[in-house]
Amino acid sequence: MKKVFGRPKSMKSNIFHYCAGCGHSIAHRLIAEVIDEMGIQGITIGVPPAGCAVLAYNYFDIDMIEAQHGRGPATATGIKRVLPDRIVFSYQGDGDLAAIGIAESFHAANRGENITVVFINNAVYGMTGGQMAPTSMLGQKTTTSPTGRKPILDGHPVQVSEVFSLLPGTTYIERCTVNSPASILKAKKAIRKAFQYQVEGLGFSLVEILSPCPTNWKMTPTEACQWIDEVMNKVFPLGVLKDIPAGEKKESGKKP
Amino acid sequence: MQGNKVIGEAAIRAGCRFYAGYPITPQNELPEYMAERLRLVEGGVFIQSESEIAAIHMVVGASAAGARSMTSSSSPGISLKQEGISSLAACQLPAVIVNMMRGGPGLGNISPAQGDYFQATRGGGHGDYRVIVLGPATAQELADLTMDAFDLADRYRSPVMILADGMMGQMMEPVIFKEPKPRVYPENYIMKGAGSGKSKIIRGLILDPLEMEEHNWTLERKYRVISQQEPRHELYRADDAELILIAYGTGARIAKGAIKRLREAGIRAGLFRPITLWPFPTNDLRDLAKSVKNYLVFELSTGQMLEDVRLALQGYARIGFHGRPGGVVPTPVELANVVMRQYDRKQGIIEHN
Repeated sequence: MKKVFGRPKSMKSNIFHYCAGCGHSIAHRLIAEVIDEMGIQGITIGVPPAGCAVLAYNYFDIDMIEAQHGRGPATATGIKRVLPDRIVFSYQGDGDLAAIGIAESFHAANRGENITVVFINNAVYGMTGGQMAPTSMLGQKTTTSPTGRKPILDGHPVQVSEVFSLLPGTTYIERCTVNSPASILKAKKAIRKAFQYQVEGLGFSLVEILSPCPTNWKMTPTEACQWIDEVMNKVFPLGVLKDIPAGEKKESGKKP
Repeated sequence: MQGNKVIGEAAIRAGCRFYAGYPITPQNELPEYMAERLRLVEGGVFIQSESEIAAIHMVVGASAAGARSMTSSSSPGISLKQEGISSLAACQLPAVIVNMMRGGPGLGNISPAQGDYFQATRGGGHGDYRVIVLGPATAQELADLTMDAFDLADRYRSPVMILADGMMGQMMEPVIFKEPKPRVYPENYIMKGAGSGKSKIIRGLILDPLEMEEHNWTLERKYRVISQQEPRHELYRADDAELILIAYGTGARIAKGAIKRLREAGIRAGLFRPITLWPFPTNDLRDLAKSVKNYLVFELSTGQMLEDVRLALQGYARIGFHGRPGGVVPTPVELANVVMRQYDRKQGIIEHN
């Protein structure tokens, strides 16, 4: 019988510590599948963040070096510049990327480092117990915004992908989600494209993944998936924000 | 050659191939030198980072990827780097960090000072760790100790700090670069993709309590070996000395001038100069106390190395102190006068309290 689904080779056999309904484990698997399909397990180096995914190195069967909170893109920069022929990705949450590490992420993007950032946006600090994140929705109740996020006190949700796509240094930016089988397949395609561009040396790529966090959203996994569609998508619309190589292909395909 | 550039050239010759840094006075000639020099050597990478924090974490990545790596800064910038230095120590990654100290606290000013001694020799960042700290006092030593720093960093898989100041960075002296030793660093420590082998993890996060403790003991065992094997010091005119000044770096240069004056005035003064500030040459100093009973600690701070001297000499000898914190560089005349005021052959030196 043909095997249609199994554990990716780039994944260790450890059991995920993630909560039921969490998007991290899906994102991990997608990355591992892409690494397998591209045959780059032996040359890929991952940089996990501080946050729920801090233990990513227990799950990925590739070389991994932990980064301090928010510093992933700086550490990844150091690795990639020394080993330009390796595939280097940084895996970051919303607090990691859009708050404490915004400078490192922004400038790695601006320098056009030939790395890939997988950005998990779940609108809360998960590991520390559901505090308000830079990407929390207006009105969203968290442990540090008990009456809901208020723009006048707490600012607005940061649209990382939109901001980064304005930087001339970035090559490819797409926002996806993992709240349905169809969206998961799309997210995988995006990750694959980002890694492919890195292999081709085309520059900085970022895949933002809107990711359910039922535990801290205080929802069932199903409700959490619906909340992404009904609430998060309004502020964080899905789609390709920037794809320079695809644009160039289109251009060159045009008849004079 | 100018001090900051000496460090840069010595680093390149020692095989440094990665430098990341952020501008701050009084060390700017060093990143500028690296920017020019690293583009001329094979595999050389220079990055002007967006912050001190980014620079040290780039060094973390580059070091893990196998490059001899360096960053440099001055006091406020070194404070920012502490997160990454702690991380280097935890992950047991080699790197060289240059601190051209300036007057502090806060932004302070750019004049020479030695107020970062505590920060440098006590680890600096959070957690139970140490950094090997070298205190050069001449341009020649800037060259020699920079090369040694890379070797020590590799040997102990540890961050190593060069602790100097704006005077050392700006002054010019002739230098002869020694032949660097070949790098000894096992391939299997380097993270470069698992290839067909087993994948590697470099981490400082250890959630299991017993594993965490064992990791800390592993580091501690290493620090004990360093404490036994690496202390270095210089003795200057100590053979016949009745009184020993203890000073390092710029302070030691001033002390040498003061010793000349003191000897002219009939006081047989000598110098004990720690070269490694951590590990502090405690045993060597205590040995010296068998024959000399009077000491005066001189620092460009209000008394930081003084504590290490007390740990070594308390109960063995009399310890005086003279310090000028960041702002003004004292002259050899001032120091000589202080010593003459504090020291009396019959009563010994006035003890600092």
